[in-house]
Amino acid sequence: MSYTWAQEYKPGNGLTQWLDEKLPLPRFVFNAVGAGYPVPRNLNYMWNFGVLAGFCLVLQIVTGVILAMHYAANAGVAFDSVEHIMRDVNWGWMMRYAHANGASAFFVVVYLHIFRGFFYSSYKAPREMIWLLGVTIFLLMMATAFMGYVLPWGQMSFWGAKVITGLFGAIPLVGEPIQIWLLGGFAPDNAALNRFFSLHFLLPFVIAGVIILHIWALHIPGSSNPTGVEVKTESDTVPFHPYYTAKDGFGLGIFLLIYCAILFFAPNALGHPDNYIPANPLSTPAHIVPEWYFYPFYAILRAFTYDFFFIPAKLMGVLAMFGSILVWFFLPWLDTSPVRSGHYRPLFRKFFWFGLIPTMAVLFYCGGAPAAEPYVMISQLASIYYFAHFLIILPLVSSIEKPEPLPFSITEGVLGKDESAVLNAQPTAA
Amino acid sequence: MVRLFGPLVGLFFAVALLWSFGNGAYTAIKEPAAETAEHAFHLLPKDIKFASDGAFGKFDKAQLQRGFQVYKEVCSTCHSLKHVAFRDLAALGYSEAEVKAIAKQWGAKQPTFDVKSGERGERDNIASDHFPTVYYAGQGVPPDLSLITKARHDGGAYVASLLTGYQEQPAELLKKFPDAKTPDGLYYNPYFANLNLSMPAPIAGDGQVTYSDGTKATVDQMATDVSAFLIWTAEPKLDKRKQTGWAVLGFLLVATVLAYLAKKNIWADKH
Amino acid sequence: MRVRGGSRQGISMADEASIDTLGVTGEGVRRRDFINIAAVSFAGVGGAAVILPLVSQMAPSADVLAQSSTEIDISAIQAGQAIKAVFRKQPVFIRNLKPEEIKAADDIDASTLRDPQTLEERTKEGKTNWLITMGVCTHLGCVPLGAGEGEVKGEFGGYFCPCHGSHYDTAARIRKGPAPKNLEVPEYSFISDTVVKIG
Repeated sequence: MSYTWAQEYKPGNGLTQWLDEKLPLPRFVFNAVGAGYPVPRNLNYMWNFGVLAGFCLVLQIVTGVILAMHYAANAGVAFDSVEHIMRDVNWGWMMRYAHANGASAFFVVVYLHIFRGFFYSSYKAPREMIWLLGVTIFLLMMATAFMGYVLPWGQMSFWGAKVITGLFGAIPLVGEPIQIWLLGGFAPDNAALNRFFSLHFLLPFVIAGVIILHIWALHIPGSSNPTGVEVKTESDTVPFHPYYTAKDGFGLGIFLLIYCAILFFAPNALGHPDNYIPANPLSTPAHIVPEWYFYPFYAILRAFTYDFFFIPAKLMGVLAMFGSILVWFFLPWLDTSPVRSGHYRPLFRKFFWFGLIPTMAVLFYCGGAPAAEPYVMISQLASIYYFAHFLIILPLVSSIEKPEPLPFSITEGVLGKDESAVLNAQPTAA
Repeated sequence: MVRLFGPLVGLFFAVALLWSFGNGAYTAIKEPAAETAEHAFHLLPKDIKFASDGAFGKFDKAQLQRGFQVYKEVCSTCHSLKHVAFRDLAALGYSEAEVKAIAKQWGAKQPTFDVKSGERGERDNIASDHFPTVYYAGQGVPPDLSLITKARHDGGAYVASLLTGYQEQPAELLKKFPDAKTPDGLYYNPYFANLNLSMPAPIAGDGQVTYSDGTKATVDQMATDVSAFLIWTAEPKLDKRKQTGWAVLGFLLVATVLAYLAKKNIWADKH
Repeated sequence: MRVRGGSRQGISMADEASIDTLGVTGEGVRRRDFINIAAVSFAGVGGAAVILPLVSQMAPSADVLAQSSTEIDISAIQAGQAIKAVFRKQPVFIRNLKPEEIKAADDIDASTLRDPQTLEERTKEGKTNWLITMGVCTHLGCVPLGAGEGEVKGEFGGYFCPCHGSHYDTAARIRKGPAPKNLEVPEYSFISDTVVKIG
């Protein structure tokens, strides 16, 4: 860490001292998430979701590895092997429900993490790299979740695989060969199921790798905070441990309460009944939808219903769907306001609460609704705002907005002017 | 660069969307989507309660046994139950000997194949066997029932509603949609997604099954019992799941309160 | 290490700070420590409890356990013949011994054997001719020869394991070779004169 007052690791006994000389892993952990990492003292509960997302990844890897011990990736028996897990494997039902709902929990947590980033402009310099890596993690998560949903080989699995690989078919000229290549056939079957299983097993470890980079990049400038004012003195920070370990521990408790309530009492509430029907290549379910966490992007995909000049509607939909996430990569350069926190940006705040948030809610709703009016027209309007918000409104707002006055320091924001003046008057160690 | 091209890309998507929106709106006004019979006459499942509903709900074993009897005597001629094994029936309260007897006396047999002689044959079911697949040559494809209550919205109530929902096609429907007359060989049932299905009403009248526990076998009773049984076949671990759930939530509640107090402790000097 | 900065940020220093604000009331400190320790302990207990399902999921599942007993019809096995049946996905040998094979087994003084057991101890009373053993060599788990038609029966007329040359006699007792034990007799019972239930 860059702060001069960061606590230094001191091995407590002979063993840790020996370890510190040979492989300073305890020192690494101490500096990463221990007392050696000074963090702004004013983080609110929106800053809990990073740790929770990490927890979700571990949860998914542990339950996933276990499920893989019992699952068979073969189109003939995949569905039956899942039912075998649900009925005969010891605690198998719990492992599967934990994994299926764990995916939902992971997305809830990550969406909140991302929206915290939107509101507090966590993507701004000097933290662009953290943001870019974060969006990369999100894309990898989407790919992993999609392939995981195919594995039970129910109706939604099969038709999801067909529709999503069909997106690549929209690419001019090479689209169809790419789709066939992706599936290893002309429709989803054994070849596709096996490679999806292989990649679904691999990608979480890639995600874990990118998360390490994400946290590494975080430790270079240090954590942002709700005021958006950078850390100035030692009194602005507290060590990560025990302050934020304790706070994250409490957050984890709340998270687990909600997660377990769903896991044990409504484990199928977030799923779709059709996926309990074995895959049938000859019959499409009446109303196919992806998992709920893809709804907004699915709504954008379906919003393009008419060819736009020479661009087919299908291609426009695919471009827009990928574009709607890729645009996040450019946020650090689209939003150029020098002020980070939405608390001090009156105009930005209005567009955030009354523009972006309702738009996302509408897209979430419309993505799960049938592809009929009025849902299509509503999602068209919402999609217009979505793109306008990031690509037109944010750049405009940053140049015309008059930010409200910022506190002098984080400590002032927490304790008020008088008390912080006393603390700041004390010279900090150099 | 980004600030120059960003708004252009944004405008491009916005205009393309407006184009779709305008065309869509024009079509919607010019030729509004026609209402269909399925849309107008399909009914959501009746409000039927089961012992296993809710966070405290538990299976009623006597009802499951009655439901199994209905399945055995009514449904099992056409519908398989392939994810369920005979040994699983022990969870309904049958003894090991009873389970063995049920397996042995089951109408459909396990197919056998002698790899040496190539001969196909049949043998009696044993407890460790799954229910044998039933093949049906007539019209329609009777679905496997193991997971049916999880494969439909509000599954238990859906099955019970469907079983009791057969009726004459309403005259009003035919007046409004003359083309939607139920085809020959199909049966009208407003709880079925497209209103007509190839299964005739399987539970035709009171007393079709004689319950050994003395419960009066009305049509509603049989429909509810077999639905309860099918809730069990779809989620045999339901009781254990809820039991575990309460233990886990209780533990987590205490742990979270402690975590909150510990957090308050640690932060005491910082706020 | 910068003494000042470090000391103000440390855990122990944070605790000291709370002692200060409490005015050093020992009881208060203990209560606070108690809560922290309780919280961490609870997390530990929760973590440990989660281990249980994670471990037990690898134990045999219900369908595997359901096949842990097998009923076999032995009416077709003539004296001197043997069949290989499957019990828990492993071979089990069921052998109808001829009188001379029984005699050969009884003629040996069991106490002189590596794994002393008489044929009577290895069969059911009144059914001494039915020798039921696992077809798994007690050395390293190969399947011995001798149960199939025309297979080598080894030097003692019972079973012979080709992997490392263990010879079993007509009571399937180890007589020569590296195997330490006689072929295992599984738990079984006669349901009737012609049906035996293994397991």
